[in-house]
Amino acid sequence: MVKTLRRPTAGDVPVTPELEAAAARARSRRGFTLSLPAYAYLILFFAVPLVLVLVYSFASRSSTGRTLLQEWNLDSYRRLFSPLVGEITVRSFVLATVTTLIALVVSYPFAYYIATRSAQVRNILLVLVMIPFWSNFLVRTYAWRVILGSDGFVTQISQAFGGEEVRVLFTNTAVLIGLVYGFMPFMVLPLYAAIERLDWGLVEAARDLYANGWTAFRRVTLPLSMPGVVAGSILVFIPALGAYVTPAILGGGRATLLGDYIVSQFLTARNWPFGSALSMAVMAVMLVATILYFRAGAKTL
Amino acid sequence: MAEPAVELVGVTKRFGDEVVAVDDVTLTVEDGEFFSLLGPSGCGKTTTLRMIAGFEFPTQGSIRIHGAEMGLKPPNERPVNTVFQSYALFPHMTVFDNVAFGLQMRGVERSEMESRVRRVLDQVQLSRRADAKPRQLSGGMQQRVALARALVNEPEVLLLDEPLGALDLKLRQNMQYELKDLQTRVGITFVYVTHDQEEALTMSDRIGVMNEGRLLQVGDSRDIYENPRTRFVADFIGDINLVPATYAGPGSARLSNGAEVGIENGNPASGPLTLALRPERLILHAPGDPVPEGRNRLPARIARRTYFGDVYYYDVDAGLEQPLEVKEENRPDLAVYEVGDEVVVSWHPEAANLVTD
Repeated sequence: MVKTLRRPTAGDVPVTPELEAAAARARSRRGFTLSLPAYAYLILFFAVPLVLVLVYSFASRSSTGRTLLQEWNLDSYRRLFSPLVGEITVRSFVLATVTTLIALVVSYPFAYYIATRSAQVRNILLVLVMIPFWSNFLVRTYAWRVILGSDGFVTQISQAFGGEEVRVLFTNTAVLIGLVYGFMPFMVLPLYAAIERLDWGLVEAARDLYANGWTAFRRVTLPLSMPGVVAGSILVFIPALGAYVTPAILGGGRATLLGDYIVSQFLTARNWPFGSALSMAVMAVMLVATILYFRAGAKTL
Repeated sequence: MAEPAVELVGVTKRFGDEVVAVDDVTLTVEDGEFFSLLGPSGCGKTTTLRMIAGFEFPTQGSIRIHGAEMGLKPPNERPVNTVFQSYALFPHMTVFDNVAFGLQMRGVERSEMESRVRRVLDQVQLSRRADAKPRQLSGGMQQRVALARALVNEPEVLLLDEPLGALDLKLRQNMQYELKDLQTRVGITFVYVTHDQEEALTMSDRIGVMNEGRLLQVGDSRDIYENPRTRFVADFIGDINLVPATYAGPGSARLSNGAEVGIENGNPASGPLTLALRPERLILHAPGDPVPEGRNRLPARIARRTYFGDVYYYDVDAGLEQPLEVKEENRPDLAVYEVGDEVVVSWHPEAANLVTD
């Protein structure tokens, strides 16, 4: 028999269900091969550390503070219900929620404004939103120290109007300002994407059906841009809840938040099991919250 | 109401400095009338409709609805509703909520609102889909929801922007009858925008033909089809032969082959003129056959014959710039001619229109 070098084409071989199935298998194999690097990366640098954290959360400590991978127990999880953890959790949730709300209220009109400009203006405005990413987050947060400091910009303005020195730095307000500032682009971009996609004919239809401008916004524009609201809120809420850098620099370490608390368990208190248990708990809560939020968002559509 | 439903007086709409979308349109739509604005895309018909609805405001001129000046009133303060080309149904609301929207906005009491929505959904045969979301419906059903959503408000004028454009041919033809029936039943004034001449001819009480922002001619279907006053109107609606002609005294025009023909329609003053002849109004005769008295006649030769089943189309060469198209029914009592046959083409002077450019 002569072997052909050609690949079989239609006509060479009758197409049978078996052949089709084989072709489908080959396609899916090819797809898997292409995604292999990503899988490898995620397993090595995400899944494995996550499992390590999970394992450590059940570990015990020696009297000198060393982590012992034996005598597995739930002590760390029991400690999650202590009043101190509760207080820190509530404070963090309130801060993250307020951050998300302020970011939403500030970003929505801005995203709406961008989405309703002409194509060129739109692109310029979007670049402006992203410009802060060009410099380091740490540097930008330190810049707020200068602005909010006791002889900073805010005080200067206040004094120019005959006011007093304004002490904002190292307060919760400073942390809030820093968080809103840092995460606002994550709110603006999904909102913009959602509003830009909107069919303005629907708003016209609402106006045609006797809705005034505000009602048309409330009944049509806002509900239809909910996917953007949901995505933006998640993108701001989650990093705000675990924020470490901003509270550390602008909060002056006065009011402990979940982020610093976890870090301190690993670095200062050397209680790795408890730090791990805290991390797992925060992650679990966020996972559930995200799922619920997405469900709610999907229902409005 | 004695007042006309819609009056446009000298309405002009400019976008920027250059674009004149609507150019000095004056128009009266009577109460209870089915009025169509017909024209090619970009002729200004949709802009005219949007100005009546209140989505755009005229640069100049005045729009009145039942005598009330609309001025700069926003859409929600006008007694009109629109059926949009793309339907614009609210995707996040059920069919019921879509239809109820207008009544809710006007604060109609809940029990009355529900009964009115039920009634109009019944009318468009969608009562059983009241809880469906628009995307779960077929195109035809969505179209009916859009219609119901507007009609439930009992507007003084219903504006329809190519409402059948997105439907397939069969459904479109059915909906034409349904729409016309509906309009007769509810007695609401319809202003209907379309580029489809067949839709306009079959449904309208009167038609306004637009091109390049101007309203060229207003009349009933027969008037528009049989007595076009401009070359554009003649050409845009139906098949037609357009033959260059010159004025040759009262009731007479000269064609480019030198023949002089009688004219009963059209008031040529000067300038380039065109003789507009419908293919179905032309009759072919064998050379020796008698031609009835009073008909215009031209000797010609068959250049092409096309068989359409129910009709034959002949291209006949009469020594003009272009062959004349003649449409003859496929009937046993009518002769069938072969390519190359010598014939005589005849038409009644009444059937021809001398139009300006």
